[in-house]
Amino acid sequence: MTEMPKDYAAAKMGMWLFLFTEVLLFGGLFLLYAAYRHRYPVDFHNAHLSLDLVLGAANTVVLITSSLTVALAISALQRGRMRHCYLFLGGTVGLALLFLVNKYFEWSAKLHHGIYPGSEHLAHLPKAENLFFGLYFSMTGLHGVHVLVGAVVLSWVMFLIRRGRVTQAEYVTLENAGLYWHLVDLVWIYLFPLFYLIS
Amino acid sequence: MAHDSDAHVPHPLSYRLLVGIWAALMVLTALTVAVAQVDLGFLNIVAALGVASVKASLVVFVFMHLKYENRTLKAMVALAFVILAIFIGFTFWDVGLR
Amino acid sequence: MASDDARKNFLTDGTGLGSWVFSTDHKRIGLMYLALILLMFTAGMTLGFLMRLKLMTPGNTLLSPQTYNAVFTLHGVIMIFLVVIPSIPASFGNIMLPLQIGANDVSFPRLNNFSWWLYVIGAATALVSIFTGSGAPDTGWTFYVPFSSRTTTNVSIAVIAVFILGFSNILTGLNFITTIHRLRAPGLTWRKLPLFVWSLYATAWIQVLATPVLGITALLIFAERVLNMGLFDPTRGGDPLMYQHLFWIYSHPAVYIMILPAMGIVSDIIPVFARKKIFGYGMIAASSLAIAFAGSLVWAHHMFTSGMSDTAVLVFSLLTFIVAVPSAIKVFNWLSTLYKGSIAMEPPLLFTLGFIFMFSIGGLTGLVQGAAGADIHVHDTYFIVGHFHYVIFGGTGLGLFAAMHFWFPKVFGRMYSRGKAYLAFWLLLVGMNVLYFPMLILGLMGMPRRYYDYLPEYASWNMVSTFGSWFVVAGILLMFWNLYQGVRHGEPVGRNPWGAASLEWETASPPPTHNFPTEPVVTHGPYDFTPGTAHD
Repeated sequence: MTEMPKDYAAAKMGMWLFLFTEVLLFGGLFLLYAAYRHRYPVDFHNAHLSLDLVLGAANTVVLITSSLTVALAISALQRGRMRHCYLFLGGTVGLALLFLVNKYFEWSAKLHHGIYPGSEHLAHLPKAENLFFGLYFSMTGLHGVHVLVGAVVLSWVMFLIRRGRVTQAEYVTLENAGLYWHLVDLVWIYLFPLFYLIS
Repeated sequence: MAHDSDAHVPHPLSYRLLVGIWAALMVLTALTVAVAQVDLGFLNIVAALGVASVKASLVVFVFMHLKYENRTLKAMVALAFVILAIFIGFTFWDVGLR
Repeated sequence: MASDDARKNFLTDGTGLGSWVFSTDHKRIGLMYLALILLMFTAGMTLGFLMRLKLMTPGNTLLSPQTYNAVFTLHGVIMIFLVVIPSIPASFGNIMLPLQIGANDVSFPRLNNFSWWLYVIGAATALVSIFTGSGAPDTGWTFYVPFSSRTTTNVSIAVIAVFILGFSNILTGLNFITTIHRLRAPGLTWRKLPLFVWSLYATAWIQVLATPVLGITALLIFAERVLNMGLFDPTRGGDPLMYQHLFWIYSHPAVYIMILPAMGIVSDIIPVFARKKIFGYGMIAASSLAIAFAGSLVWAHHMFTSGMSDTAVLVFSLLTFIVAVPSAIKVFNWLSTLYKGSIAMEPPLLFTLGFIFMFSIGGLTGLVQGAAGADIHVHDTYFIVGHFHYVIFGGTGLGLFAAMHFWFPKVFGRMYSRGKAYLAFWLLLVGMNVLYFPMLILGLMGMPRRYYDYLPEYASWNMVSTFGSWFVVAGILLMFWNLYQGVRHGEPVGRNPWGAASLEWETASPPPTHNFPTEPVVTHGPYDFTPGTAHD
């Protein structure tokens, strides 16, 4: 029993367990959303009309595509196609940034209209619209933080690949980063209909 | 030392499969946006969450590779989602019936 | 054994502060957790002692009302988040889990070190919340809204501390699940795992799946205070009861994070000192998982009087009674193991029996509150305080102390004074009962908890309760002194002084850094006390 060999299955199991904690972290917010939407369906409907469906749908396309590119990157690395791998990973990080830029425009439009937590404008709307926007800001905000973290992690893994620390044979680090990125996509797959499409 | 599963063999997914899944996700996104424009009453939320769950399953099983993992991991993922469902569902004993 | 003695063990392998605080050795990390947890315990105990002193007589004595509010909040926050939740898993779980499954460390040793650092940072943040801003938090450890989103005291920093500590806890749980799945020695099947490992496994799942909900709840309080979000503010459409749901979705399962590992320790200790195979191994292991699962379904029994729906009261009351079943299964199995055993009343067993006694009182008083009707009478009274301390101090506390006396010779290769251990135990057990039983009576008489002052008719039992706290403090101090003396001057012991059969006793005491010279192959169960497996 000298140095422990890298345990592929353990690394992956650990990552999945971590993803569970992320699911449950967002889960608390989904719970709040479910309870408040159940109680105030009309106010939630009215509030959601002020969100920009086009921007939301565009961001959905961006994130789903980034999920594809990261999956392609893993596949490329496993086959030793390094150029493809860099290309796909770079693309993923680019799409992540594009998502954040979109989000930035969306949020600043909201702030511009005086819609932000605790704002004067919200205080004059029906009470439950404050809940809708409170949930909107906390859920998309927490999600945005995850997008940012994901972009940093993926860039870091690109660096590790360049340094030869993540390779065709030892690819679990990229796989785990990919799992994290897919989770970010997964959360958005639910956020999108809940905020932009409900009626 | 590890004996939960046999030695690990890489299992790269083909580009074609991945792009196919992506195309399906895109179609589903278009579908859910389209359905939301029609007023179906209560069914709207069912449709929206239903489509979202189909999309989520595609991501989890193919992109996240769960389809090809061992049973232990699959059971763990199921457990996590069951617990989440319980947390939200049981809260409705109160919220739904107050 | 001369060559073995010459070899370095994990305590001597590497000196200096850096070799400890940056160590990835699970045994060192576990010991550092234990040291900090006991330090925090002493701080929490001092606050509790102060509270009891204040409550000895009615009226405005010793502490001002605001200080009193801060003291009971800090007592709760420190004891819950810094002591009891991490207590056994982070200390003895870390030290013993790899040893008991024949591994040389946990699956992610660096992550393990990181989670210890998160604990340190979380504890430091909690300290900051006490001494900065406009006063220490005064909300009680539950941080209920709307008070927690309005009070001017330093709640924002305190909930960040809770978030960080939760993260530390999650990483420990994640590490344990992976370790138990991946690193069991050859031959160590799931049915041969020591029951302590089973209890850690069940606990780890709660840590992973429930703690994140606490994390988001803490962040939401922060958002309420700092961003003025209004999600729980009734004047802006929010519902404070939703906070209570989120809080208890974590905090009820959390009491099973607290008690399950102690139950695991009891299940490991009793067979050793009864020299008898554990009775109902499968049922004890299964009941750990059952408690973990069923314990996740009952959170709203903390909210019977809150105004939630009557249906919810009914359902959650029913579910609460179901949790009692697996707990009772364990108690019956322990007693059946003792029956006709060859009992050696060593200190670890004595603490264990103390656990069973205290836990039984705590568990049965719990059923009183689980019954929705009776709960209306005892809700928010000292009955709850008494019940909770019977379970958590009498249960988890004595479980931890039992573990300290049981594994002490393994960790330090020395023995403490048995006489002082017995004396400390009896001081503690008598003290706890004198301290907490009057609380049950006071609660039934209607004395509300968390109040600064009380009516004259409650005076005599309060006086008795305060007397009890003195015995408890004396017992704790004697125990600490005895163990400290044992570390310094105790008589050296061999690898297996109790004659136990599980894997951790097969390596040297203290264990070498990599635990086992060669990877052990497991051929017998952890409770098979056949000749040839027991004793040196």
